[in-house]
Amino acid sequence: MNADLKKHVLELLGKDTRLDGRKALDFRKPVEVKVGISKNAEGSCQVTMGETVVMAGIKLAVEKPYPDSPDAGCLMVNAELLPMSNPEFESGPPGIQAIELARLVDRGIRESKIIDMKKLAIIPGEKVWSVMIDVLPINDAGNLFDTAALAALVALKSAVFPKLEEGEVVNYKEKTTKKLPLDLKKDTLSVTVWKIGKHFIVDPITDEEKVMEARITVATLADGNLCALQKGGDTPLTTDEVMKMIDIGIEKTKELRKYLK
Amino acid sequence: MAYTKRLDKRKFDEPREMEAKVGIIPRADGSAMFRMGNTIAYAAVYGPRSMFPRFLQDPQRGTLRCHYNMMPFSSGGERVRPGPSRRSREISMITEKALLPVIDLSHFPNAVVDVFVELPQTDSGTRCAGITAAAMALADAGIVMKDLVSSISVGSIDGQVLVDLTYDEEAYEGVVADIPVAYLPGSEKLTLLQMDGIVAKDILKKAIELGKKTCKDIYELQKNALKEKFKIKGDSK
Repeated sequence: MNADLKKHVLELLGKDTRLDGRKALDFRKPVEVKVGISKNAEGSCQVTMGETVVMAGIKLAVEKPYPDSPDAGCLMVNAELLPMSNPEFESGPPGIQAIELARLVDRGIRESKIIDMKKLAIIPGEKVWSVMIDVLPINDAGNLFDTAALAALVALKSAVFPKLEEGEVVNYKEKTTKKLPLDLKKDTLSVTVWKIGKHFIVDPITDEEKVMEARITVATLADGNLCALQKGGDTPLTTDEVMKMIDIGIEKTKELRKYLK
Repeated sequence: MAYTKRLDKRKFDEPREMEAKVGIIPRADGSAMFRMGNTIAYAAVYGPRSMFPRFLQDPQRGTLRCHYNMMPFSSGGERVRPGPSRRSREISMITEKALLPVIDLSHFPNAVVDVFVELPQTDSGTRCAGITAAAMALADAGIVMKDLVSSISVGSIDGQVLVDLTYDEEAYEGVVADIPVAYLPGSEKLTLLQMDGIVAKDILKKAIELGKKTCKDIYELQKNALKEKFKIKGDSK
């Protein structure tokens, strides 16, 4: 069924255009970043890219630290592919798609070391702040990886601590003005570069995602260094292709940075 | 002590500020958003489509299946663990019961109409906001309907009847009753009635009447939001 679609997408790319008229390396427009979409969350954000809409929210809690890092806070990223957002998603526990999405967002944030985890300790070894990031697409019209990473980062940057009473009870009703301990030089964004035939594209719509052969998600720090990579898709890639895709990823990330403000 | 002034200074028969929008989720067959104060509900409808798992198929008529879900970061307290809970499953069920009487699925044997309600931000009245949004989403999806469904919570605090309780009001120290109702504005019947708390019978009756009155206003908002989507726009390109 997808064979004809693939042929069509390839023919279009041969003429330097795509199903919706974009060029191969164009993002959809407009990209809209809305902060504070949930007042109850400690931080929240909604990113719209074309028709794709993703929400991200941060909740904080006081927990016992992991035994292997008693003086550091905890970070957890979860993604739910809401059946609301795509007729192909079903209710139930997260499938492998949702898990991959969550892990990619997680690695972009964790490996960049943007959060100073040590500063999340309240009483080392006993009580630390746990940062929980939830990413939820409302409308999946393609490219959840990049929209989710952007939404999660902006939500994280907007997050404030709730009030801590008697050193251990969280009063969620009262938010402080204190932001999370973030190193803003380590802002990480990711761009996923997709391959079909001899062409590379970014920001695919759903129909394009269906016919792609391989992809690499490239998470880049503000200084241009990489902090996470992931290859996906069923087709092998040559080293040259990989390097080319990484170059595109780094270059296109710069374009997304202007939405960070 | 009598409850003479509401915590957020509203009049007793005054609901929170409301906002309705239709057609916000392009991939869905029908969708809507409904906001009451700080409670926001999104609803998306898919179908009629094939029912899976197949043993749930009804060869007589189509099935309405509702899924109510609070987003993990939506609550005023701790993070809500994702996945169904006893509470969310019950609310899904009563949402189904509130909507089913107005929709006609007799022409869609073995099919299902899925309704997904998601709440990014909550401050009580979530099931009511969900039902109100879902009714608009069903209409947007072109499902045959006899009527819309409008829903609001009413209640009483220390004998004072009031509409659209916030979380703080539900938690008020006093005799509180919370009564979510769903109302069919056309046939003037109720499809949802729950109550928890303590209430006298005559106050319950007054509260339900207040609920009906408010639902009529919500009905106008719903109709306007639907008309807004299907308004023929001028050459906007």
